[in-house]
Amino acid sequence: MAHLSSMPTLEPGQDRTMILNMGPHHPSTHGVLRLILEIDGETIVRIMPDIGYLHTGIEKTCEAKFYQQVVPLTDRIDYLCPLTNNLCYVLAVEKLLGLEIPPKAQWMRVMLNELTRINSHLVWLGTHALDIGAMSVFLYCFREREDILRLFEMVSGQRMMTSYFRIGGLALEPPLGFFEPVRQFANRFPAKVDEYENLLTGNPIWGMRTKGVARITAEDAVALGASGPTLRGSGVDFDLRRDMPYSGYENFSFKVPVSQDGDVFARYICRVREMRESIAIVQQALDGMPEGRIKADAPKVVLPDREKMKTEMEALIYHFKIITEGFAVPEGEVYQAVESPRGEMGYYVVSDGTAKPYRVHMRAACLANLQLLPAMCEGRLLADVVAAIGSIDIVLGEIDR
Amino acid sequence: MPLVPAITELDQLKGHPALAKMLAWNSEAVEGAKFDRDELTIYIERSSIREVCSLLRDDRDCPFNFLVDVTCVDWYPKQPRFEIVYHLLSITRKERVRLKVRLGDSPEVDSVTSVWPAANYFEREVYDLFGVRFNGHPYLRRLLMPEDWEGYPLRKDYPVEGYR
Repeated sequence: MAHLSSMPTLEPGQDRTMILNMGPHHPSTHGVLRLILEIDGETIVRIMPDIGYLHTGIEKTCEAKFYQQVVPLTDRIDYLCPLTNNLCYVLAVEKLLGLEIPPKAQWMRVMLNELTRINSHLVWLGTHALDIGAMSVFLYCFREREDILRLFEMVSGQRMMTSYFRIGGLALEPPLGFFEPVRQFANRFPAKVDEYENLLTGNPIWGMRTKGVARITAEDAVALGASGPTLRGSGVDFDLRRDMPYSGYENFSFKVPVSQDGDVFARYICRVREMRESIAIVQQALDGMPEGRIKADAPKVVLPDREKMKTEMEALIYHFKIITEGFAVPEGEVYQAVESPRGEMGYYVVSDGTAKPYRVHMRAACLANLQLLPAMCEGRLLADVVAAIGSIDIVLGEIDR
Repeated sequence: MPLVPAITELDQLKGHPALAKMLAWNSEAVEGAKFDRDELTIYIERSSIREVCSLLRDDRDCPFNFLVDVTCVDWYPKQPRFEIVYHLLSITRKERVRLKVRLGDSPEVDSVTSVWPAANYFEREVYDLFGVRFNGHPYLRRLLMPEDWEGYPLRKDYPVEGYR
């Protein structure tokens, strides 16, 4: 693994090779990823990702906000799965506070997270196929994505930057009649996945561009910190939802798709199967949705209902105090990880006992997954780089933070 | 789940495989331990972090073969000022452990890239944002900030709105 631990600087090597700059505005780099390539004809000799074009200092910003004000910031980190970010952050703070979350809120969180996963995978599938040359898949995927975004808008008022979860529960009760369109979507969606698979899985051109391309072994994937479908595509059977359950995932039954080949096609097939499992989880959540409160019983942390504020003195006082001076969180530190569409997303939150987090650090799955790129591409053709980037499903907002 | 006070006595925590292994190997490398909110933290003496990491990675019973994350916390103006935080995961045993190294004002620690290549970006990020040097890192350059940036933005004495 010597080649993995040394990331070279790229200065012109022998006479035969040339340095090529790819990005940061190359459409197939999904954002602002810049790659510096040393190529010998069409063959990649070395490859070095250059990141940081989207760095916004979110971790520093968090330190200047109250705990509850951080939730909308987390949306902006991985903008394809805002609800997963919300969930991971609120779970971490709830663990710091020792809060008990009512079952209905937990199930809603699981259901919305699986819809988010499908949403994210649809964007991935559409753009990945577009990169490789299958234009129509993109249009099919965005058709269903639109349906999911409409569901998010119903429940949170926002299509993308949802900020729907709160420390201690949910922001609002789901609107009346919300579950009916979710159920319709869940019934409709498996046939749509068949459509995508009809377009791609058996397609010989798709096979030639993806099978055996950008291979990575299980050992290398683990050593380089890969997680999520990228890891499972290399045959490592590990999924946080099943193996270290959080937010009530232990109540759901689902399979974890694993593929042994470790190539672009293996990662593709893992994600497509994951979409089917996710919709099965959504079905289970709809069938077993518990009744009850959506907020924890912790008046000093959770904002009171609007109605109560008009009739009860305490509610008004707590509301005023939470908004103006936040709530103190006991000293300590917590690392909370969730399975995001891209892998292990983790929030490390340190509290010094005040109302503002002392340190918030996000473990970005994409940042670790991006380290696989040199191991995947070196020695292969230039066109395969595009397939490899698509297959690790990067979001630059999460990498750069 | 009401909060219970953290356990900080080494004797009470010996049951945990990672800590037991380390105490058996070299009890001087362990500066302390803490079990809080179901998470185990072990404080490591700074010169032995690389050996501790490879020891935990290669453990037969409970291999912590996956480096989840490396990050840093700045406790300015307290001393020792920096805490480097390593999160390890055992994929087979589904356990986590957190290692910590405390560093003073001229922060330097051995790189663990030779144990896990995954540490490459994580350590570069800590170097970039906190100015902690990792000895033996193959390519210790700024990762997120521009190459010519002055200062280390995530340090506590760096203003949130930046220097104007």
